[in-house]
Amino acid sequence: MKELVVLSGKGGTGKTSIVGSLAALAGDKVLADCDVDAADLHLLLEPVVRQKNEFWSGQVAVIDQEKCTQCGLCPDLCHFEAIDDFTVDPVSCEGCGFCCRICPVEAITMKENLSGHWFISDTRYGPLVHARLGIAQENSGKLVALVRQQAREMAEKQGAAFIISDGPPGIGCPVISSLSGASLALLVTEPTLSGIHDLERVLGVCRHFGVPALVCINKYDINEENSRRIEDYCLKQKVEVAARIPFDNIVTEAMVKGQPVVQYSDSPVSRRIKLLWQNIAARLSTN
Amino acid sequence: MIISVASGKGGTGKTLVATSLAFSIKSKQPVQLLDCDVEEPNDHIFLKPVITQKEAVCIPVPKVDEARCSHCGLCAEICAYNALAVLPDRVMIFPELCHGCGACSYLCPEKAISEEGREIGVVELGQADGIDFVQGRLNVGEAMATPVIRKVREYAKADGLVIIDVPPGTSCPVVEAVKGSHFCLLVTEPTPFGLNDLVLAVETVRELNIPLGVVINRAGVGDKKVEEYCRKENIPVLLTIPLDTGIARLYSRGVTLAEGMPDTQEMFILLWNGIRKILE
Repeated sequence: MKELVVLSGKGGTGKTSIVGSLAALAGDKVLADCDVDAADLHLLLEPVVRQKNEFWSGQVAVIDQEKCTQCGLCPDLCHFEAIDDFTVDPVSCEGCGFCCRICPVEAITMKENLSGHWFISDTRYGPLVHARLGIAQENSGKLVALVRQQAREMAEKQGAAFIISDGPPGIGCPVISSLSGASLALLVTEPTLSGIHDLERVLGVCRHFGVPALVCINKYDINEENSRRIEDYCLKQKVEVAARIPFDNIVTEAMVKGQPVVQYSDSPVSRRIKLLWQNIAARLSTN
Repeated sequence: MIISVASGKGGTGKTLVATSLAFSIKSKQPVQLLDCDVEEPNDHIFLKPVITQKEAVCIPVPKVDEARCSHCGLCAEICAYNALAVLPDRVMIFPELCHGCGACSYLCPEKAISEEGREIGVVELGQADGIDFVQGRLNVGEAMATPVIRKVREYAKADGLVIIDVPPGTSCPVVEAVKGSHFCLLVTEPTPFGLNDLVLAVETVRELNIPLGVVINRAGVGDKKVEEYCRKENIPVLLTIPLDTGIARLYSRGVTLAEGMPDTQEMFILLWNGIRKILE
């Protein structure tokens, strides 16, 4: 079983639209949405939730005001500046438990924290594992790891050939959690200076974790000079450019209709995405 | 005054709005721009600052003096992140798991643990043609963005206008970048993805009790549901930027909209006035 993760560094380059189309094109797979704090894939796949689970993660300190003598030790020692006026700000608290241990009158306890939910759903293209991190919660990396683990278990049980996961933007904790140990990363970029800058950083993360990468230049015709720069860069880095997809508002039209673009139309965009999937599948079978 | 520019969904135009707002206001009053999107900082591409100062961002990780250590195992027991493991004859440390809370070194009965800094990123300061510029940059391969964001925020000036470019999403890095600001601008696009993530971002900012307004970018591209949502929720739409290939081309070349199309400065000044009116 091979696991493809779609990343971009920069947000808004088209990761989710492309994953939606790959979902429609690939047979025999399990889908995973690893963007747990701003998940959008469900808007294209219309999942029917089969199973909803709570995600309990980490702890938050709580100060019992009756017991607290306001000695000032805990705000002094907290490295996260989470204690103000002898009240814990649950958003800043990282759940280390330091304050709870040093409080001389045992006024602080640690409470388990419900940080979100994860779901197993059916879609018209196969099963989807997805999640929703609670508002302003942390531990998105752990929730991503859980989504991947569930997707893997399901793929093994069904004997699926692929897992296709939609990754988060950026290069930090949830990206690392989506990427480590995957078979292949598809990096979706756009021909803007920001897109190129961010591609270089996310490719660095792939290298750091030893995951091979393919690049897809989305909306390549909005600046063809920049597209050539990306191709030159990829050539130097020995990274294959697996597709160049033109800009077309049909992608947004399809999104408004709640459909992957390859299903919605037989446009040049759709044809390029079909070729992209052929390239990915070929690469996955040789990896 | 601190204005944060956030979005939920990535790629909606945070950087465009933050840099153009700073560019349009700078002749009227002192402006500082903090790029808190430390995973993928892009403001420097547009503003081309001259960086004059760099500071490493380090988090404290434990260092064990084996000569003093009695291998009692307390440090491993109290660490909430499993960053230490105590073997009969030595202590293993996993620095990438450490959050730098300081509990182990403070509580070690033998005083065998000290804290040493581990670099996870850098903060850069400089000037961009009249704009005070600060950005954070997370090192590639590092997971924890929040300590870098916290460090950037320490440089926020007490007076003048401070504009914060926030990372995408709704989780801890966003909260770290947005909290303490006087107003939050949420940049979105009128598409189903834009709306879905706008709703999440609104919930996050409301949780922090910060007044907010919306900027709709690429107006005309999708549907009308973002506007309907804003009307229903009584959220002011303070600026609408049309879908325009000229704007997209400037952006692709790394040119600030307010610089490349000086006519647009007026609309960013109106945006700024709109925010001030709400806060009065």
